[in-house]
Amino acid sequence: MNIHEYQAKAILRNFGVPVPDGHVVYNSNSARDWAKRLGDGPWAVKAQIHAGGRGKGGGVKIAKTADEVKQYARDMFGMTLVTHQTGPEGKTVKRVLVEKGSNIADEFYVSFLVDRATDKVTLMASAEGGVNIEEVAEKTPEKLFFEAVDPVVGLTAFQARKVAFKLGFALPQVKQAVPVLMNLYKAFVESDCSLLEINPLIKTAEGDLICLDAKLNFDDNALFRHHRIRDLRDYDEEDPMEIEAGQYDLSYIALDGNIGCMVNGAGLAMATMDIIQHYGASPANFLDVGGGATIERVTEAFKIILSDEKVEGILVNIFGGIMKCDVIATGVVEAAKQVGVTVPLVVRLEGTNVELGKKILAESGLDIVSADGMADAAEKIVKAVNG
Amino acid sequence: MSILIDKNTKVITQGITGATGLFHAQGARDYGTQMVGGVTPGKGGTSIDGFPIFNTVEDAVKETGANASVIYVPPIGSADAIMEAVDAGIELVICITEGVPVLDMVKVNKYMQGRNSRLIGPNCPGVITPGECKIGIMPGYIHKPGPVGVVSRSGTLTYEAVWQLTTRDIGQTTCVGIGGDPVNGTSHLDTLKMFEADPATKAVIMIGEIGGDAEELAAAYVRDHMTKPVAAFIAGATAPAGKRMGHAGAIISGGKGDAASKKAFLTECGVSVADSPAEMAEALLKIWQP
Repeated sequence: MNIHEYQAKAILRNFGVPVPDGHVVYNSNSARDWAKRLGDGPWAVKAQIHAGGRGKGGGVKIAKTADEVKQYARDMFGMTLVTHQTGPEGKTVKRVLVEKGSNIADEFYVSFLVDRATDKVTLMASAEGGVNIEEVAEKTPEKLFFEAVDPVVGLTAFQARKVAFKLGFALPQVKQAVPVLMNLYKAFVESDCSLLEINPLIKTAEGDLICLDAKLNFDDNALFRHHRIRDLRDYDEEDPMEIEAGQYDLSYIALDGNIGCMVNGAGLAMATMDIIQHYGASPANFLDVGGGATIERVTEAFKIILSDEKVEGILVNIFGGIMKCDVIATGVVEAAKQVGVTVPLVVRLEGTNVELGKKILAESGLDIVSADGMADAAEKIVKAVNG
Repeated sequence: MSILIDKNTKVITQGITGATGLFHAQGARDYGTQMVGGVTPGKGGTSIDGFPIFNTVEDAVKETGANASVIYVPPIGSADAIMEAVDAGIELVICITEGVPVLDMVKVNKYMQGRNSRLIGPNCPGVITPGECKIGIMPGYIHKPGPVGVVSRSGTLTYEAVWQLTTRDIGQTTCVGIGGDPVNGTSHLDTLKMFEADPATKAVIMIGEIGGDAEELAAAYVRDHMTKPVAAFIAGATAPAGKRMGHAGAIISGGKGDAASKKAFLTECGVSVADSPAEMAEALLKIWQP
């Protein structure tokens, strides 16, 4: 799960991490009011969307007067911000963060993530802050520093010091950096983050370290023990169909193609998308109905696929283990009756109760093409859609 | 021969009184696995459908001599259940549960260091040695005994590979579902090493996914050390970057872990890579004849 920058900064503030004073606003008048309450300018006016690269798209402005704050905020509300992370359709700005400006003397990069190679939380830092870190990693990997954290001991002061010296800090900044880094680690583990990224961490002209931007992603699997974080979810930032699917415990991701897929198991769902492409078409979605799906869930899954206007054909690919083929077949028939299927439908069933499942489909009176194996299924649906 | 489990493996089920735990304990017993009991705290001394129940794994090991455990405990208690099994000296711990927090697994892996247990999973279908022992949720009947080892992060995609083999009358030594989470107990590489050391395994199918670099590490081992032919498929060629494809581990981040680069590296390492998931068995037969 992702949250907005202002929410991330509020969490970090609670862990004693220095972030600029600021406040989120929902209209341009309160942007001006909050600017005044925060004290003298300049101020930063920052569009809040779940994507990086906002500055280049006009989503970050520095205002010298409170009226300028209002003007910039007014420009931002309702604008469609397109960045390298939003996709070409962009995202609509509905929230704006007004912050006290900082005198930036130097910019650094700091992040924490779980390194799959070592199975440890790892601190990653670079003196190349404020830029796209992926480019730094690719072109100048020697400028990135890593410290793997022992999960029992946590990030130690000496590790934080090592990194601070590598970043080229003078002693006053090293002394500040140690608690900052240790508190960032604490925030990461205590909030069950999957990514905590500070880009940039700045040194001000006055010599203070401040987290000027903050990005926090959370492990979805751990949200059950973080109710306050779960409440920060902004549904406006998510695909409505993905939200709908989530309510039925379906794992659904919208894609650009025209062949809808319904599959059990994430690996097989991915592989089904791949084989559709292999035969020259593109999938409209990833949809994993899971292992223990009920008839109701299958019905809802089918409705979600059919509600996507791009879908010109549907491929159902089930290898029943726990999932019984007759449950899938009944769900498909039920959904087809409820919403009506106007596009070609190819069904491939294998595994538990496969004969019963095939019988249910055959006797349903619906126009269903049955397939033997994945290749046959993919060929048939691609042919039905592309002609 | 086989890896990890065989007809002598004695298995307890942690979380046996839950609907899922009991259902699959029964399924495994029907397959012929020695399912010797279960653990549910507070229900020790009772039994369910003929399975004796114990309060702790320690008690269960003492009474039954179990050397393997399968975990169906919900995510909130999965890490604790794994560590309890490890503490009780269980050699093979298989965690089926999906949705275990990543940082719980970071702690578990640290806890396991220096101990003699192996963890498979979490978020996996389990392990089967066809005809001898089935631990997990896979349908038993699609398998048959034979010479091919199968290792995969995905459940149903493993069934697909197994079915492609079985319908071509090629059996399997052991099929291992290592799970789709970013931090797990046993890797592709660990499993390949076991297959290499197992005399009965003559060839291997390895199924990978986008995300991470576990498949690359395994492929480097194939190139440098493995004497047996390996075929592979990597799922997720059509997956967009930054989106989690169901499995927590299946995500392309920072331009790393995409299917094309994985496939290219595997091919370079001498692995026969299937272009389509329908051709996994075919990819193996290109480089190996049973």
